Amino acid sequence: MAKLIVNRLFLGLLTLFAVSVLIFVCTQILPGDVASAVLGQGATPEALVIFRRELGLDLPPQTRYWNWLSGALQGDLGVALTNKRVIMDDLLPRLRNTLFLAGYAALVAIPLSVGLGVLAAINEGKLTDRLSNVLTLIAISLPEFFVAYLLIIFFAVNFQWFPPLAMVSKGMTFGERIFQTTLPAITLTLLVAAHMLRMTRSSVLSVMSTPYIEMAFLKGARRKRVIVRHALPNAAAPIITVVALNMAYLVVGVVVIESVFVYPGLGQYMVDAVAKRDVPVIQACGLTFATVFVALNTLADILVILVNPRLRQQD
Amino acid sequence: MKLFGHRLTASAAFGAVVVSLFMAISLFTPWLAPYAESASVGGTWDEPSVKMIFGADQIGRDMLTRMMYGSRMTIGVALAITALSFLIGILTGLVSAVVGGWVDIFFTRLVDVMLSIPSLIFALIILGVFGSSIPVLILTIAVLDSTRVFRLSRALGMNLTVMEYVEAARLRGEGLWWVITREILPNARAPLVSEFGLRFCFNFLFIAGLSFLGLGIQPPYADLGGMVRENAAAINFGMMAPIYPATAIALLTVSVNLVVDWMLSIDARPSGAQAEL
Repeated sequence: MAKLIVNRLFLGLLTLFAVSVLIFVCTQILPGDVASAVLGQGATPEALVIFRRELGLDLPPQTRYWNWLSGALQGDLGVALTNKRVIMDDLLPRLRNTLFLAGYAALVAIPLSVGLGVLAAINEGKLTDRLSNVLTLIAISLPEFFVAYLLIIFFAVNFQWFPPLAMVSKGMTFGERIFQTTLPAITLTLLVAAHMLRMTRSSVLSVMSTPYIEMAFLKGARRKRVIVRHALPNAAAPIITVVALNMAYLVVGVVVIESVFVYPGLGQYMVDAVAKRDVPVIQACGLTFATVFVALNTLADILVILVNPRLRQQD
Repeated sequence: MKLFGHRLTASAAFGAVVVSLFMAISLFTPWLAPYAESASVGGTWDEPSVKMIFGADQIGRDMLTRMMYGSRMTIGVALAITALSFLIGILTGLVSAVVGGWVDIFFTRLVDVMLSIPSLIFALIILGVFGSSIPVLILTIAVLDSTRVFRLSRALGMNLTVMEYVEAARLRGEGLWWVITREILPNARAPLVSEFGLRFCFNFLFIAGLSFLGLGIQPPYADLGGMVRENAAAINFGMMAPIYPATAIALLTVSVNLVVDWMLSIDARPSGAQAEL
C-alpha cells in the first residue's frame, strides 16, 4: 500500500513538472515574439528593447525555463513587470488570505452537503428529495456573481448584518477576520455544497442496489440504519473524490468572489496582473494555483486508496 | 405532453420554453429591440418606467435593449465556443479511439496535463499574454473545453470500435474518415447531444464570468457579464441595476440545465433498492 501511495505522489510531482512546462510554453514560447504580443500598440522600438532585456528574452528558451523553475523552487518568483516589487512578498500574504477564505467555506460546506445528501438519499422519492433535487440543480446553474450580489443586497444593504466589502488586513483579530469574510464564504459554500450534495446522494443511491444492502433490508433493518451503517462507508470513495475536486474548484471560484467583494487574495492579484499584462506575475500565480490544484487531486487519489481496502493491492 | 416520444416534466417544459424564448429574442434582436444598441435615452440608473421597462444602465442606455443585445452576443459567442470545442474534441477523441497507438497516448497525456490546470487559470494565462479579442477568446476557451469532449468521445469510441459492424467496415477497406463519420458517430449521438447542452451552459457561464472580471468581451459590445460589471456600483445605492443581466444569465443556464437533466433522465435506470423489487 505504501508503494501505491508513493507512486501517486511521484505522479503528482511529474504532473506538476509538466504543468510548469505548459505554463512556460504558453507565456513565453507560444506568442512567438512575446515583447510585441504583450506590448501591443505600445511596441515602440525602445520599449521592445527594454521589455526584452527585463524578461531576459535574448537567452535560449531552455535556459530561461531553467532559470525560472530553479528560482521558483527556491522561493524566488522574480520581480513584477509593472511595479518592480518582489513577487513573493505580494503573493504569500494573498495566498494566505485565499486559503483562509477557501478553508472557511470548506469547513462549512463539507459537513452541510454530505449530511444533507445522506438525508436526501434516506428520503428518496419523497417531496423533500424532489424539492432538493430542483433546488440544487438551480443552485449549480447560477453564476457566482449573481449569488454574491443577491447576498450583498439582502444581507449587507437591506439588513446591514455584514459589510458589503471584505476588508482584511494584517493586524486583525481572528474574530474580526471571520466577520469580514462571512458573506464571501457563504457564497462559496452555496456554490460547492449543491454539487457535493447531488454527488453524495447519487453515490449513496447507486450503492443501494447491491446484494449486501438487500440482505440488510431482508434482515429487517430500518432504511436509515441501512444507509448510515452499510451504504455510506462503501459510497465513501466517490464522495471523497468529489469533495476533493470541489475543494480544488473552490480555490478557483474564489477568483470571481474576490473580485465582487474586493477581497485581497490571490485571485484578485492574478486578475489585476492579466489586465496589466504583467507576465512574471501571471506565471507565478498560474504556477501557484496549479500547484494547489494538483496537490488536492493527488490528496483525493491517496485518500481513495486508503478508504477502499480493495484498491490497496496492486495488480 | 410528449416531445420526441417521451413525457415532458413540468420543469423541463418550463426550461424548454425559456430557452426557445431566449434563442428567438437573440436571433431577432435588431427588429425587436426598442432602441438602438448604444443609444443613450435616459439618466444614469433611471428607475423602471413605461419608456424603459427595466430602467437605465450606468450611462443612460435602456437596460432592456442592452440585455437583448447582450444575450445575443453572449449566446452567440458561447455557441461558437461549444461548436468549435466539439469539433476539436470529437475529431481528436474518435481518431484516438480508432487509431490507437502512439496517437492515442500522445493526446491522452496532453489532455491529462491540460486538465491539471484549472480552466479559469489557464484561460487567464493565455488572455494575459494574447489579449482579450473575440477570436482569441473563442479559440482559447474552445481548446480548453475540448479536453472534456475529447475524454467523452474517446470513451464512447473505445466502446464502439470493438463492435462487429465497425470491424466489418474495416475489413471492407473503408478509410478512417468513413469509419468515424458513418459507423461510430451516429451511434454515439445521444450522450454527445446532452453533453453539448451541459458544455454550452458551462461555456456561457465561463464567458460571462470572464467578461465580469473585465477580461472577456470588451466594450462597446454589449455582453451580459460585462453589464453586471458596469452596473455593479449601483448595488451600493440599493438599486437593482446589475441584478437584471445577472438574472438573465441565471435564467438561461437554469433552463438549459433543466432540459438537459430531463434528457439524461430518459435513459436513466431507477436507483436504489426499488430497482431490485
